[in-house]
Amino acid sequence: MVNKQNVEHVSNLARIEIEEEKKEFFAAQLSKIINYIDKLKEIDVRGVEPMRGLHIKENVFRKDKVKESIYNEDILKNAPLSQDGYFKIPKVID
Amino acid sequence: MIDTRSLFGLDISEGIRKGDFKANEIYSFYYDRIKRICSGLNCFVEAYGEGLNCEGRSSLEGVPVAIKDNICIKGKRITCASKILSSHIAVYDATVVERLKKSGLVIIGTTNMDEFAFGSSTENSCYGPAKNPWDNTRVVGGSSGGSAAAVAARIVPFALGSDTGGSIRQPASLCGVVGFKPTYGRVSRFGLIAFSSSLDQIGPITTNFTDCANLLNIISGYDECDSTSVSLEVPDFTKSLQDNVEGLRVGVPKEYFGEGLDLEVREAINKVIALLKNKKAEIVDISLPTTEYAVATYYIIASSEASSNLQRFDGIKYGIRAESNGLKELYFKTRKEGFGEETKRRVLLGTYSLSSGYYDAYYMKALKVRRLIKNDFDSVFKKVDVILTPTSPTTAFKIGEKSDPLSMYLSDIYTISTNLAGLPAVSFPCGFSKENLPIGCQIIGKEFDESTLIRVGYSYQQDTDFHKKMPKE
Repeated sequence: MVNKQNVEHVSNLARIEIEEEKKEFFAAQLSKIINYIDKLKEIDVRGVEPMRGLHIKENVFRKDKVKESIYNEDILKNAPLSQDGYFKIPKVID
Repeated sequence: MIDTRSLFGLDISEGIRKGDFKANEIYSFYYDRIKRICSGLNCFVEAYGEGLNCEGRSSLEGVPVAIKDNICIKGKRITCASKILSSHIAVYDATVVERLKKSGLVIIGTTNMDEFAFGSSTENSCYGPAKNPWDNTRVVGGSSGGSAAAVAARIVPFALGSDTGGSIRQPASLCGVVGFKPTYGRVSRFGLIAFSSSLDQIGPITTNFTDCANLLNIISGYDECDSTSVSLEVPDFTKSLQDNVEGLRVGVPKEYFGEGLDLEVREAINKVIALLKNKKAEIVDISLPTTEYAVATYYIIASSEASSNLQRFDGIKYGIRAESNGLKELYFKTRKEGFGEETKRRVLLGTYSLSSGYYDAYYMKALKVRRLIKNDFDSVFKKVDVILTPTSPTTAFKIGEKSDPLSMYLSDIYTISTNLAGLPAVSFPCGFSKENLPIGCQIIGKEFDESTLIRVGYSYQQDTDFHKKMPKE
């Protein structure tokens, strides 16, 4: 069961503002989904290794070679606000 | 005026090389179709007045191709059908795009999709829903719905999509085209905007298996920019374009024929089984007992990974930025304004499954069940060469019909397990309902055995003509 407080907590963790009138709406929908997902409680997984991905055998390294890369200016063109080659954000410390 | 709607991409390319048509004539023909027909279907996000042509050569050179709006094309807008990325310009080519260019294909534009690929109907798009060319009141499936609809309506000869839980195969089924999801690791995802990194895979959507094999030849192979891509030799998939299924062991899992499957879909699949049997394939009854847990497992894993992948959309580095007082409020307001409702739901669900107190019960549990699902396939594949199932329990549903998120999630019930197990699978058209809506059949293969899937599909298409049917204009 997901309640309004859970929605507030999770939306805070996820940094998404949810309108007051939408909180109950999301709580009800997530409850229904979680209720369905709780089906997994039926399965016994004792001794089963979690599967974290596929074909993971060893770490993959790339040669440390200098090569053509993406230019800062191109990246910053997509930023909502930038200055002197940096992303610009609102003041964090007063 | 030329009309190449009924031609395979391969024939169009050959026609260009032989001088039967000029490459720019072909481009104008399809560009004009996008402008005339697509406006009613809403299957494109953007069409380029001039194709991004490249000098390469291949069996498909000169043929226009459309790209799902979550795959980067350098210098072009890429939005994932999300308001938050509405003005974003890709700064590099995805590896698959680079390979298409090097093979001389002509990129014609980007296709509509569910926002960030979250959905099974292409209704969750900031551009509005795409419409099914067979019946404009119905959905195209999703999330690669724009690509599937564009190919079905012969607005383009073929397109690329991405498949995380069925997003290539289910729309291919609902639109009546061939949608192929390669093995996880076969095709580089570098330049694909990530949804769920342990599940995502790029693949082709075509009308037929000949074009499918040729496109797979171009896009497959190891890429050092995607550490999950596998350095295995890629076979020439066109060598599998053979009309021969003799002795092939085809598994039919009983769990895929239970409650919720439309009678018409079941009958169409039974006819595929009969046809393959007639061509001397061996039909084997099998069981995949963990099937009923796949949707639950998937929605935990996919949403958890999505909630993590979507952290980068914060109003700082790209996309829109909301008016705010201070940094924290900037994050909250930007993500509120930029994300659509389904995206918010997935991020909330994923964050919930990963949060303290729920992590073991949901996320960790799902990873363990995922292992059991994979084990099921491993043991079945000791007895059979391929598995045959319906792709979707129903034909295309009405736009707006599935307003309840859970009922939408359940429409992926037959496609999701293969992503969890990382296996290749394909959907191809195998009939039409009484309402003249396409029905799709799915074949699932062993890891890295795309070749056998191509052989089965090609063999089937030699004896049938469902793939040649075109919707009325």
